[in-house]
Amino acid sequence: MIEQPWQQVFQNYATSSFLEVLRRESPHMMPTPGLSGSAADVPHGTTVLALRFRDGVIMAGDRQATAGYQVASRRIDKVFKCDDLSGIGIAGAAGPAMEMAKLFQTELEHYEKVEGDNLSLEGKANKLSQMIRMNLQVAMMGLAVVPIFAGFDERAGVGRLFKYDITGGRYEEKDYDAQGSGSKDARDSLKKLWRREMYRDDALGVSLEALIDAADEDVGTGGPDLVRGIFPTVKTVTRSGFTDIGEDEVRRVCDAILKDRTQSEQGV
Amino acid sequence: MPLPYYVSPEQMMKDKAEYARKGISRGRSIVALEYRDGILLVAENPSSLLHKVSEIYDRIAFAGVGKYNEFENLRIAGIRHADVKGYSYSRGDVTAKALANAYSQALGNIFTQDIKPFEVEVLVAEVGDDNGGRNEIYHILYDGTIEDERNYAAMGGQADEIRRFLKDHFKEGMTLDEALQLGVRALNVTQNKTLTERDLEVAVLDRTKTRRKFRRLPPEVLNTLLATAH
Repeated sequence: MIEQPWQQVFQNYATSSFLEVLRRESPHMMPTPGLSGSAADVPHGTTVLALRFRDGVIMAGDRQATAGYQVASRRIDKVFKCDDLSGIGIAGAAGPAMEMAKLFQTELEHYEKVEGDNLSLEGKANKLSQMIRMNLQVAMMGLAVVPIFAGFDERAGVGRLFKYDITGGRYEEKDYDAQGSGSKDARDSLKKLWRREMYRDDALGVSLEALIDAADEDVGTGGPDLVRGIFPTVKTVTRSGFTDIGEDEVRRVCDAILKDRTQSEQGV
Repeated sequence: MPLPYYVSPEQMMKDKAEYARKGISRGRSIVALEYRDGILLVAENPSSLLHKVSEIYDRIAFAGVGKYNEFENLRIAGIRHADVKGYSYSRGDVTAKALANAYSQALGNIFTQDIKPFEVEVLVAEVGDDNGGRNEIYHILYDGTIEDERNYAAMGGQADEIRRFLKDHFKEGMTLDEALQLGVRALNVTQNKTLTERDLEVAVLDRTKTRRKFRRLPPEVLNTLLATAH
């Protein structure tokens, strides 16, 4: 490749992308395709969801990783903070997905530090789409990563969420979405329960209802584990930032939902 | 063919050093001060868009004086160094010491090998963690000379004078407003006008913050902090 003189001028200074730096300076650390063999036994993350509420978006995920018919881990986290105003929920092959989340976080922070300014939410969503596309070759071998990206759009003043397919296709969802093996059940549940302009507490209840439904119907998804005290992770992204919802509160709401279902003999 | 005329290495280094020092002394100054909750960086900088002080990593900040394009270049190189390291190992493994050494190497090489040395001085500061970690402040000169500073540091235009002032007035365990007032007084020593919050760029490495300790103090906050009387 012959570089033009003007490209040389900016070569070292023009990029604010961490990915670009990594590719140039440490290509061995790029998430690389080139695996072969069966991917069925690799741990997969199961259900994550995001929904809009009055102040922004709420993101939630169960805690189980499943490898084939086995539980690979009972307490993994699937919802990560990307920066102050956005988060990512991962479903699919857990290893590549977590690596992608970490790389994405670094990418956003790198941009912010170099430029002294944040990327727009749209920009972040596009960047993630490119990173998923990079993973396509591996995805074809069964190690697909399909995240949900959600955040608060400062320019528009609303919460927004995006879903992706394995080719990096990016689709904005208006109200709610779920990904992973239990996503269909979670979505069915959200379809009935989601309301426009919900308050935070209602939104929390709705997201936990949906996760419990997913755990109920899907073998890969873990429900609230009362014996070990493991509960879904729930985060909110609003104008004031990315916040964890404490385990105590999640436990309380889960208990209430389960109690309610026991009483109505609906089963858990 | 004309003979290349001989210049002794000694003379060449002297000329380069003089050139770099001249460039730096024309610029405005920066002070760094340790205070109770971390490290305070105060720069005289009338521009609110072109920064002299900025974030490198969770606990590390950068400050540069001299030629803007040159220290901006170093700043970005520093962010890259830190992000690549943090990504490949862990966030805790990114240290100011390694970064300061990298700057020292780079500036040293440029000074000896390039015709024109960088007309910059940079400061790399790292705030210690809550359980007794020590603050670190490294001061790297145009020729790669590296010093680690305790309590306070100054660089830029009339750094010697500012340093003398700080030596007499610095005390340990200052609050943020005390440290800021001292920093501004130190910068004022070399001025014939009084600096206001509009002429300053101020940031802190605040150890009470979670993860990313760097925080800029906007003019409104500076105004209130400077107004507190003691």
